[in-house]
Amino acid sequence: MTVLEARDVTKTVASPEGPLTILADVSLRVRAGETLAIVGASGAGKSTLLSLLAGLDSPTSGRVSIAGIDLTALSEDGRAAVRGKHVGFVFQAFHLIPSLTALENVMMPLELANRSDARAAATEALAEVGLTARRSHYPKQLSGGEQQRVAIARAFVTRPHVLFADEPTGNLDTVSGQRVADLLFELNRGTGSTLVLVTHDRGLAARCGRTLELDAGRAVA
Amino acid sequence: MPVLRFAFRNLWRDLKSGDSLVLLSALTVAVASLTAVGFFTSRISQGVERQATRVLAADLRLESADPLSPAVFAAARAAGLRSTLELSFATALFKGGQSQLAAVNAVAPGYPLRGTLRIADVPFGVARPAGSIPAPGEVWLDARIVAQLDLKPGEDLRVGAATLRYAAVLAYRPDQGTGFVNLAPALLMNVGDLPATGLIAPGSRVTYAGLFAGPAPAVAAFRAYLIAHKRPGERLRQVGDYSRQLNSAVDRAGRFLNLSSLASVLLAAIAVAMGARRYAERHVDAVALMKCMGASQGFILSVSLVELSVLALIAVAAGAAIGLGAETGIAWLLRDLIREDLPPASPLPVLIALVTAAVMLAGFALPPLMRLKNTPPVRVLRRTADPPPWRHGVSYGLALAAMIAILWIMVRDTELVAWVGAGVLGVGVALTAAGYGLVHLTGGLRGGVGVAWRYGLANVSRRGGASVVQIVAFGLGLMVLLLLAVVRGDLLNSWRASLGDRVPNNFLINIRPQDREPLEQWFAAHGIADAPMYPVIRARITRINSRAVGTLHFANARGRAFAEREQNLTWSGALMPDNQLVAGSWWTRADDGKPLVSISTEYRDALHLAVGDELQFDIAGETLSARVASVRKVRWDSFRPNFFLVFPPHLLDGAAGTYMTSVHLNARQRPALVEVVRRFPSVSVFDVDAILAQIRAIVDRASLAVQYVFLFTLAAGIVVLLAAVQATRDERRYESAILRTLGASRWTVLQGVATEFTALGFLAGSLAATAATAIGWVLARRLFSLAYSPDPAVWLVGLTCGTALVGVSGTLAAWRVVNTPPIESLREN
Repeated sequence: MTVLEARDVTKTVASPEGPLTILADVSLRVRAGETLAIVGASGAGKSTLLSLLAGLDSPTSGRVSIAGIDLTALSEDGRAAVRGKHVGFVFQAFHLIPSLTALENVMMPLELANRSDARAAATEALAEVGLTARRSHYPKQLSGGEQQRVAIARAFVTRPHVLFADEPTGNLDTVSGQRVADLLFELNRGTGSTLVLVTHDRGLAARCGRTLELDAGRAVA
Repeated sequence: MPVLRFAFRNLWRDLKSGDSLVLLSALTVAVASLTAVGFFTSRISQGVERQATRVLAADLRLESADPLSPAVFAAARAAGLRSTLELSFATALFKGGQSQLAAVNAVAPGYPLRGTLRIADVPFGVARPAGSIPAPGEVWLDARIVAQLDLKPGEDLRVGAATLRYAAVLAYRPDQGTGFVNLAPALLMNVGDLPATGLIAPGSRVTYAGLFAGPAPAVAAFRAYLIAHKRPGERLRQVGDYSRQLNSAVDRAGRFLNLSSLASVLLAAIAVAMGARRYAERHVDAVALMKCMGASQGFILSVSLVELSVLALIAVAAGAAIGLGAETGIAWLLRDLIREDLPPASPLPVLIALVTAAVMLAGFALPPLMRLKNTPPVRVLRRTADPPPWRHGVSYGLALAAMIAILWIMVRDTELVAWVGAGVLGVGVALTAAGYGLVHLTGGLRGGVGVAWRYGLANVSRRGGASVVQIVAFGLGLMVLLLLAVVRGDLLNSWRASLGDRVPNNFLINIRPQDREPLEQWFAAHGIADAPMYPVIRARITRINSRAVGTLHFANARGRAFAEREQNLTWSGALMPDNQLVAGSWWTRADDGKPLVSISTEYRDALHLAVGDELQFDIAGETLSARVASVRKVRWDSFRPNFFLVFPPHLLDGAAGTYMTSVHLNARQRPALVEVVRRFPSVSVFDVDAILAQIRAIVDRASLAVQYVFLFTLAAGIVVLLAAVQATRDERRYESAILRTLGASRWTVLQGVATEFTALGFLAGSLAATAATAIGWVLARRLFSLAYSPDPAVWLVGLTCGTALVGVSGTLAAWRVVNTPPIESLREN
């Protein structure tokens, strides 16, 4: 079953030299439980494609749908509702809220969904990433690898259909990066969610079932 | 309810982590200072007003030509007020074959309800408080009567059909007034002796006065009752009817208090604006993340609103408690100084503080929060994706308009609010322009200086927008503080100096033209200088621009009084030193004898006149027309003769009149006045020392209030400073980490920070000092009618303090940032 689909997606932005096309006519289909790596050189349009697939931004033309819902037909609030229900995120810069503890950061998406079992579910998610002992630590008290594991727990805690990861190991050393990658794939298998990741790391890309390479905004493989 | 639950959780976490602390403390200090200032100024101003009502000898005074209804006194008793009765009329006194016209005041026990009667043993001798009213069968007499009739204590004199004994010289009674209009010398007697005189008969010209006093709320309620129930011909008297000097002093004291309140509100608003800005900035990333996780715009906005409202409630509760506590503490500390039973603090200041805090939040915090809801979720991938710019001009314009409306409601003084508002706006614009100028300039300077300076100056120019916000906040904060310092010091001192030891304390009126020169010679012989003689003529206005005043309608009582009664007028070639021209031009020698008139602002306002209007007067049966050539603002509390109407010389040459003057006499010189009243029998002498003392007491109270308000304003000023310093803390943290990673020592980074803040402080301080001096000068001239020469010390202090304060506090605040291990800062980013 197709859970994520992009058809002829193009993104053009204004620049001092005139309109600049960042992404041109990209199409793809991802099935439930599949893993896809988006690779390419810096500036190839990987992060732009990810933001369009996740409904964080709107394409200039083309269509994107998640779980059969056409994101391009929705308002920002409509897309937010889809994200809340179907999507999880892991970022290169972790994006934990500095004023919240590890547990509170993981609780956040559950609280936004008004789940009454937020604390219990978040505690369980933290246990899955091996950070039970660090649950009341603030982000600045955690190492980079630990912060990314908290972010992974936060992304999976809502059991999303699609998980988007933007350079999830980009800010980590080899050992931490390896551990974070292992976690991502383990949880992907365990929960049956779809994993779409953007990476420079060919090794990480190779662990995915499929690879989409971008070059100057166009899909080349 | 998910919004509420989420908002409460989020707020609790924000508070725990200190993220909302700047906004919370800004709001708390704002509410605390507004509450304390509100409590304090309302109680002090009520005290000032109570002090002023002594000239009525009561809190309320109802006068009529007919006996007052017993129902009025019964109603006063029922309202919990004390009351007494005073009858006034003119009659001739006789000692043997000699007679003297006197203004008789027959008073009942309890008189005066406010103020103190003062008596002396000999005419113009040292006075002492009387403690009671004249005993039945006794009278207290004005020194002039005693001197004229050559009375000895214990001698009898005839008042109508009664024979009463002269017991003391009446030196002062609170309601003697300072109008000096055809007043005969006074006689004070016990109302119980009145029937024996047989002077009160139907048709007698008697003024009956009911005097009432009591607790402030009961007085206010009874005033409303009297206004609603008084009969035609009954009149509630005002302080201004008795003493324009005191009225003027009360107005000015009120303006000083209002100005202080304005300063605290403005500083609080700046603090809240800064706090809200930081609050919003700290939340941009979290909002982007929440949107990624599915939060809608409506949800974000609702959560923000709930958080803000709860924050406001916490701040109002804490601020009101602190404000009330501080006010109670001050009242206790000053219990000896504020001896009067100050009216209890009303809950009104808390309500005003609540509304003001709400408007400040709505005006200054809502715009950045509304902007938050538009944060693009893609910011999580591209940090440069900022929320679309908010139309600051519109939102802050609305907030400013709301603030100005609140200030006006608080002080009801359009001129004051307009000047201060225009001043703050002008300074804000100048600071913004100067800020951009500095940012531009420092960008160019950084090539030729060392690494620390380059880092500091580069920061100023690189953080362009934030630097400008900081300069504006520092500058406005310093400006308001300095303005209050100017008011607290220079303006109040100018006022006090204008009531110095040499202020005239005796008025001499009814000086006949033939007595003028001999009296001047007498003054010279007794070493009394500076006694300018002013001609006085009585006249009544009959027409305004050819329309009879009888056909014109005046809504205010003052307008009707001017239209119906005779006024004192004078002529003068030169503008009196305590008069300030506010419209038209003063005449030259060439205008001598021309039909022109200069009117006071009170006269203009009451009769709705303007320069160029044609007025017609009746002067002892003769008609005189004159064109309004100028309008003067009169400083009535200068204690020099002053007039609503002034004509050019030689226009009134044919009119019969008298002269008046005012002189300063010390206790040693006063007894010589016995000789004056004997040699010049028409002359009436009025001792205004008691009024002067009252005005000095009002100045002291106003100074005291301004002093304490300054303390609270200072607290608000410190919050502004901290909030402004915090505005760039996060960026600074990251930069410092980068620089230190690149090998810069902590000292180098700190030097850079010190350079940045010193540069900001220097600019803000110099602009603030210049603006505070300028606004102080304008306020002194236009609003307070005080002579004020700008003090270069203020400028210097402003500049030095601004530079030092901003430099030191900025550097200290950055200390922790610089001392944080770089890896910790980098990890957070």
